[in-house]
Amino acid sequence: MVDERKLSASATFPPEVIAEIQRAADEGIYDIRGGGAKRRVPSFDDLVLLGASVSRYPLEGYRERCDTDVLIGARNAAKPVHLKIPVTIAGMSFGAIGANAKQALGMAASALGTSTTTGDGGMTDEEREASSLLVYQYLPSRYGMDPDQIRRADAIEIVIGQGAKPGGGGMLLGQKVTERVAGMRTLPEGIDQRSACRHPDWTGPDDLEIKILELREITGWEKPIYVKVGATRTRYDVALAVKAGADAVVVDGMQGGTAATQSVFIEDVGIPTLPAVRLAVEALIELDVHREVRLIVSGGIRTGADVAKALAMGADAVSIGMASLMALNCNAPLYPEDYAALGTRAGFCHHCQTGRCPVGIATQDPALEARLEPEAAARRVRNYLTAMVLECQTLARACGKSHVLNLEPEDLAALTLEAAAMAGVPLAGTDWIPGR
Amino acid sequence: MAVTVDLAATPLRDLNRRLQAIAGTSNETEFHIVNPRGAHALAVGLDAEVDVLIEGHVGYYCAGMNKQAAVRVAGNVGTGFAENIMSGTARCTGNASQSAGATGHGGLVVIEGDASARCGISMKGVDIVVGGSVGHMAAFMGQAGRLLVRGDAGPYLGDSLYEAVIYVAGEVASLGADCVEKEMTEAHRAAVAALLDAAGLEDDPARYRR
Ligand code: SF4
Repeated sequence: MVDERKLSASATFPPEVIAEIQRAADEGIYDIRGGGAKRRVPSFDDLVLLGASVSRYPLEGYRERCDTDVLIGARNAAKPVHLKIPVTIAGMSFGAIGANAKQALGMAASALGTSTTTGDGGMTDEEREASSLLVYQYLPSRYGMDPDQIRRADAIEIVIGQGAKPGGGGMLLGQKVTERVAGMRTLPEGIDQRSACRHPDWTGPDDLEIKILELREITGWEKPIYVKVGATRTRYDVALAVKAGADAVVVDGMQGGTAATQSVFIEDVGIPTLPAVRLAVEALIELDVHREVRLIVSGGIRTGADVAKALAMGADAVSIGMASLMALNCNAPLYPEDYAALGTRAGFCHHCQTGRCPVGIATQDPALEARLEPEAAARRVRNYLTAMVLECQTLARACGKSHVLNLEPEDLAALTLEAAAMAGVPLAGTDWIPGR
Repeated sequence: MAVTVDLAATPLRDLNRRLQAIAGTSNETEFHIVNPRGAHALAVGLDAEVDVLIEGHVGYYCAGMNKQAAVRVAGNVGTGFAENIMSGTARCTGNASQSAGATGHGGLVVIEGDASARCGISMKGVDIVVGGSVGHMAAFMGQAGRLLVRGDAGPYLGDSLYEAVIYVAGEVASLGADCVEKEMTEAHRAAVAALLDAAGLEDDPARYRR
């Protein structure tokens, strides 16, 4: 008989660590998966908003206006991007996710007046048609890079890194490299693809400035240019992106997802979104361009509360990737046998890399894709975005703001020492910001 | 009749706008650009059958993302010459800095002199002909297209090569990972002859290795 009370689990070697050691011992290669960091890191959950009372007065819900629009790129671009809501859809490649998923995201974003973003492999006609505002990702691999596509885009995002894997390149396993995906990327079908982690024709901030000039010249100085970085040395990266001439900087924290990479990258590289926002805002303020060069924050944004807190810390908009897939049905409790076939269950799935997505999102398999009906899926994403924006407005009104971008750091308090230090916000009930 | 544009007196934006506006309708099909003085992003994003001759040295990304046009630089070119070229030709009579013809999807790039590091990096279908030698990591991650080098190749030639083909006449310092020397058949010698011919360079195809 085993006496359960005497079983002492090791904190250093819990069952999942033992399983991973034994997997590595069997296979001799690192683990590859999708999704973002699963470990707990300090986050927007560790902040609260200070609603108004006597010292400040709130706005009436529903009756008093609380605007949500954001203009990006007015600094340099003849045609700035005007977002009606401060929540955008992050870059996800056709390849990593299927055409139905891309189309549904585009339809939902267009209905709410916000943007979607292409990914590795270039732009598909379906996503251009479905998206009224489409940001073209200019990536190190330059797969499918066609100047006509950047001319058809509403903005260009130069991708230097992403939160799930700062310093790493893209990865698409052979199962997802169908004829169409391979054709778009000029690569053989069915073979694992590892794309470059550095741009082929520039290195460093001085070159980036010239690259931005070239892109502006090619697109007639019409389109805003974003620079996207994974959160690491965020203060310096943001400052250098501004110096190079970016109209917006996208900072992706370590909770940001990916369709496939080494799990050590996902869990052990980069800093959480929370400190990254503070560092980015400090850089923008130091250069006197805060609210002029726009800051778009991504990585673990889930609710209108997350949006409100990010904006209060000084961001101008947020971007969602994984959460938008969840609205599409990622990890929904459907098709249990197909989750089981991947060795997982709904709620735990991070198996995008396999191409066998049970709910038809991260797949190129026509039978699985048919499970995602674009109209119905678009309705879910639209509802989700609507709810998120309503939540954000509710909180902004409670803080007395007539525009969500009027939220400010003074509206925040931190619940933990870590969050106080990382966000640069006082610990609740004190005026203490550790490190200041 | 060639139109002459003096970059000492014309802003870059005006010149590029004028070149980009030509889309088969204009009868201005020949441009002669003087005083480039190392300007970056010159003659980028063209999409028309137009001849552009630039007299003097240019900076980064000259002829970037070119379609259809024939851009010729009488001088040296900076980093990323004809990067991501789709079609048409880009030629320089001097030497090229890093990443010449990078990620090119089609068309022809000719460097009459030497090309520095990473010439043809991530090439995706372009033909690149180098009259002189190339630096290290030429055709790194080359996916498709052909690189012909009349001189020598530096270290790690063709590292992580996919389906691109490299022909070299001179010495190769070393091959990169996944790059293997293969047999030269008659068909390959004919391809070399055709590439040299397209580039307007003289050489004996029998000198080349694949
Ligand atoms: S349900 Fe699909 S999209 Fe979600 S994690 Fe699993 S494979 Fe990826």
